[in-house]
Amino acid sequence: MIKHKRPLSPHLMIYRLPLTGIVSITHRMTGVVLAMGLIVYVASFFIILQGNEAFLELQSFLDYTIIRIGIWFFVYALFFHLVHGMRHLIWDVGTGFDKDDMDRNAIIELALSFVLTLICY
Amino acid sequence: MNYQTPLAKVKGLGSAKAGTGHFWMQRITAITLIPLSLWMVAFTEQLLNASHQEMVAWLSGPIDIVLALAWVIAAFYHASLGLQVVIEDYVHSEWIKISSIWLMKLTFLFFAIAAIVAIFRISMIG
Repeated sequence: MIKHKRPLSPHLMIYRLPLTGIVSITHRMTGVVLAMGLIVYVASFFIILQGNEAFLELQSFLDYTIIRIGIWFFVYALFFHLVHGMRHLIWDVGTGFDKDDMDRNAIIELALSFVLTLICY
Repeated sequence: MNYQTPLAKVKGLGSAKAGTGHFWMQRITAITLIPLSLWMVAFTEQLLNASHQEMVAWLSGPIDIVLALAWVIAAFYHASLGLQVVIEDYVHSEWIKISSIWLMKLTFLFFAIAAIVAIFRISMIG
């Protein structure tokens, strides 16, 4: 298709993403993960419905260390998506677009969602 | 005066008169989900630690069941709107894009109905 190697303007694969860019794509990825997680929640409703035995079996499964770690990542993903989503709502009002605000808010988001996860723990 | 070219007309391009609907519903469900996400976290905590009896009672209280149903509706709606954007951005073949969006939406509708039915049935044992 491309016959001549002509210079391209910098695009996604070429330049290093700024922090805002990393946070932005993380928002999308956590969103997809959370959407998939909803299916697990539906499954858990049906397991509760099945009765005590099935429920205890589920709980002992959720007790595996690797599953527990997964659950905590999921909770972090939830809080991150929530906090960054609130920033989108602030952007919708039309403020917070200065470069310094962007960097500072990204750090606040990452830290705040970590703190919120820690509080749950 | 119609400025549309004949080619655009025959391809069915142009406004569908529903341009802001997706945007609005995404924001409305987002705002709704700010408090309801805390319900989700509380439910997760119960799921890990409560006994079966406590879990059933927790889910089937008069306010708890309303919160549970509100969460299901808002979360599944919000998720399907979000995944729609992701598919639109990364799938470039027109027929695969349209059919995968519909398949995804019907799947989420199906799971939302299943969740609502399950919540009602749990409230009957509680």
